Amino acid sequence: MVDETTTGESGRITTSQKLTRRQKQASAFVDATTVGWKMMLFKIIVLGLLCATAVYAALVLFMNDRWLVGSLVLVGAAALTWIYLKRGVLPAKYLAPGLVFLLIFQIFVVLYSGYVAFTNYGTGHNSTKDHAIQAIMLQSQDRVPDSPTYAVSVLEESGDLLASDDLFFAIVSSEDEVLIGSADQPLEQSTEAEVEEGRVVAVDGYEVLEFGDLLERQTDITDLSVAVSEDPNDGYLRTQDGQRAYVYTSRYIYDDAADTMTSTETGAVYRDTGDGAFIADDGEQLLPGWQINVGMDNFVRAVTEESIRGPLIYVTLWTFAFAFLSVATTFALGLFLAMVFNDKQMKSRKYYRLVMILPYAFPGFLSALVWAGMMNQEFGFLNNVLFGGASIPWLTDPWLAKVSILIVNLWLGFPYMFLVCTGALQSIPEELTEAAQVDGAKAFQAFKSIKLPLLLTALAPLLISSFAFNFNNFNLVYMLTGGGPRDVSAGVSVGSTDILISMVYKVAFVGAQADYGLASAFSILIFIIVGTISVLAFRKTKALEELN
Amino acid sequence: MRTHAPDLFRFTSVLGISALVLTSCGGNGTDEGDAAADTDTASDNTDDNTAEDATGELTVWVDAERADDLADAASDFEDDTGIAVTLVQQDFEEVRDQFVSQVPTGEGPDIAVGAHDWLGVLVTNGVVAPVELGDAAEDFEDVAVEAWTYEGQVYGVPISIENIALLRNADLVDQAPGSFDEMIELGEEADASYPFLVGLDAQTADPYHLYPFQMSFGAPVFGQNEDGSYNAEELMIGNEGGTAFAEWLSEQGEAGVLNTNIDGDLARENFIDGESPFLLTGPWNVPAAEEAGINVEVDAIPPAGDEEAQPFAGVQGFFLSAQSENTLAATTFLVDYVGSPEVQQSLYEVGGRAPALTEAFEAAMADDDIVAGFGEVGAEAVPMPAIPEMGAVWDYWGASQAAIINGEGDPAGLWDQMAEDIAEATE
Repeated sequence: MVDETTTGESGRITTSQKLTRRQKQASAFVDATTVGWKMMLFKIIVLGLLCATAVYAALVLFMNDRWLVGSLVLVGAAALTWIYLKRGVLPAKYLAPGLVFLLIFQIFVVLYSGYVAFTNYGTGHNSTKDHAIQAIMLQSQDRVPDSPTYAVSVLEESGDLLASDDLFFAIVSSEDEVLIGSADQPLEQSTEAEVEEGRVVAVDGYEVLEFGDLLERQTDITDLSVAVSEDPNDGYLRTQDGQRAYVYTSRYIYDDAADTMTSTETGAVYRDTGDGAFIADDGEQLLPGWQINVGMDNFVRAVTEESIRGPLIYVTLWTFAFAFLSVATTFALGLFLAMVFNDKQMKSRKYYRLVMILPYAFPGFLSALVWAGMMNQEFGFLNNVLFGGASIPWLTDPWLAKVSILIVNLWLGFPYMFLVCTGALQSIPEELTEAAQVDGAKAFQAFKSIKLPLLLTALAPLLISSFAFNFNNFNLVYMLTGGGPRDVSAGVSVGSTDILISMVYKVAFVGAQADYGLASAFSILIFIIVGTISVLAFRKTKALEELN
Repeated sequence: MRTHAPDLFRFTSVLGISALVLTSCGGNGTDEGDAAADTDTASDNTDDNTAEDATGELTVWVDAERADDLADAASDFEDDTGIAVTLVQQDFEEVRDQFVSQVPTGEGPDIAVGAHDWLGVLVTNGVVAPVELGDAAEDFEDVAVEAWTYEGQVYGVPISIENIALLRNADLVDQAPGSFDEMIELGEEADASYPFLVGLDAQTADPYHLYPFQMSFGAPVFGQNEDGSYNAEELMIGNEGGTAFAEWLSEQGEAGVLNTNIDGDLARENFIDGESPFLLTGPWNVPAAEEAGINVEVDAIPPAGDEEAQPFAGVQGFFLSAQSENTLAATTFLVDYVGSPEVQQSLYEVGGRAPALTEAFEAAMADDDIVAGFGEVGAEAVPMPAIPEMGAVWDYWGASQAAIINGEGDPAGLWDQMAEDIAEATE
């Protein structure tokens, strides 16, 4: 119990039973003076702002009927206020800000992609069924060919008391007749209308809406269809802007009760068969469809779909090789340089070390692009200057491209290893090496049996995380080779430097259409692979620790 | 510190549970949002809208380049109608995917800027609504309206047409070539380092830039319906013309005329340095060449085969959200303001791309030789196909072209293989 002397608030509480009353009074006095009124005022102002923002946000959310999110904002703000106003709960005070961000940016994202993996979310299945029906109805309205543009007037029944809210369209036909109709009543001739420049300006018993009135009821107006005649095949009149109306026919009719779409051209009936779209008996789909839960489908497809299954084994092997070799090469070079620059006989080590870190300070994707230019077969720096005009296909030969990607990753990755190795080396006492030398060990032997095991104990977790990082090193592959070169005669869109994550990108986004469900399923599978390897590796390092 | 451990444990477990609650509500949150959208539409249908609901304001997503000019149109619109237009600047490349994911949540805009070849994805996701241009359709260049037509519906108001053409350094070669071979001859006579340049990628060549040559062999990607739209079922890329084009690619690759090591940047730099009299590119590279003092002329693309060398046209425009609650105001803004000659003219002046409205197009043609050169080629261009499967088509197409140019196998065989793969991908 060293805490007693640190006078932390939590320490005070846990040890309070042992203290006498006077000591309690004393420590309360100390607390009151050290926290100070300035701090308290600052606390109150910040928490007040937080609560005000939260209440405002919650009100806006409630007004939009988002009850759950709104109440969560309130609960969250209340919890934060409680944490910071209550005495004690010191760990919570430290952890709360981090945890808030963890919840929003990590856990929510992870669980959301987990949820997406079980849906058919992607191109053509983007939203709800209601939206899909609405979109199909919008998209399938065909303007009757060669039909005229009508200057339309939108009317309301006049009179304040008995008038309904119904809207009417009034147009002037090609025979100069005025026709009026509403949603329930096809166009009919009217003789009590005044026409100016081809547009109806006044009708007995009706009121012509001005532009401002139109705007107030725009959804009603754009949703209004007025049948041209009793025969539905003649089409209906609609307007998009309240000025011009056109005659349309619809390719599909939605039957609300039966929940089916019927084609007016072929008579085919499209049903909701539970596959997230209206599907005809012959299997034809009407798109857009909508999002549904598809259970394990995406996971099954991830391992069975032909375009993926073929290259999957090859790509998996290369991914492992790439991740392992990347870690091995960067670690070897980083360690070597760290040892060289750790040697006290070397002069101006500081400056060399600074230069070593430069590749790490550069944005990785930029370096990859620069390297892609330097590796150009004909004009690249490597071939032209270093290899005296040779024509080495760095990025276009399947095997050389793999080597190139490892070289570039070595360039990008060694400064990190250099940094961590330098740190670890400096924490190993020199006496150990000296002792080994006194015992007659040669320099290499001393390094191998004493320094390396100590280093590995400290660095193993970093090596594992580096492996996990390289396993998903999308940026490098995408920027340097784009996964290529491809064997175009093989008929798959996967190239020879594609790793799992870049293959997922191609399969889910480039190959056919965006398929977020499949992509999420894949990323979960990749997570499982990386997670398993990391757990196994951490077990191994524990054994290593115990050895020491 | 051992005494704190239970506290800490209890605390973290509480947080863990609240994490689960929060995320589960995250999932519900979207449902709630949808429910909210549903109730909104429901209340719209009950006809007892308050004025507040309906007038509202328009939100428009626009790229930085076009924002200023649109701001003028927006303030005119506000003066005339009283409806405020909020312009939100977006990165042009981001608009498509952002639009697709945000419209269903109700957070999307009423109107957004975009390229016509996004239509496949937008329509398949049900996020875009048709715009009836009515008689105004005739005021636009045919290729522009054709491009914004998808499955018989027009989905946007076109603003500008973008296509490639042949840039010529008039100080090196003083006449426009009539055919590809003639161009190479002229280029060689000019004694420049490269007779002709086009930027190609080592892995994926560039089907977009090479398309005019492919067209000149009579091998379009897809067949076209009578109304000019593409018929994705009729794949024409693998026809005899396609094979002839593959052979030609291989010959040019061997001769070193087409070189996948020269990417777009290298091609531009060499042209600017006067190392080549010809560069096949779009209007985006003209300012750099003019700044460098090159005497630039824009020529028609010389055909390599027997037919006309038609490039792809990309048409930019503004489109309407399917979930917009201000359709009436948005349509008025699109058709009457964005489609007006003044706005089209001013949009052209910033981007240097030919305007889509015929009146503005003709004014621009008379006004600027460079735009006129690109415009003439563009008038004959074919719209880039917009079907969502194009992603897969570009992918196979480019990789095979690169392989053929680099002589990695029998050109005809590789081309046939590619046609098969594309057929499979577009099924």
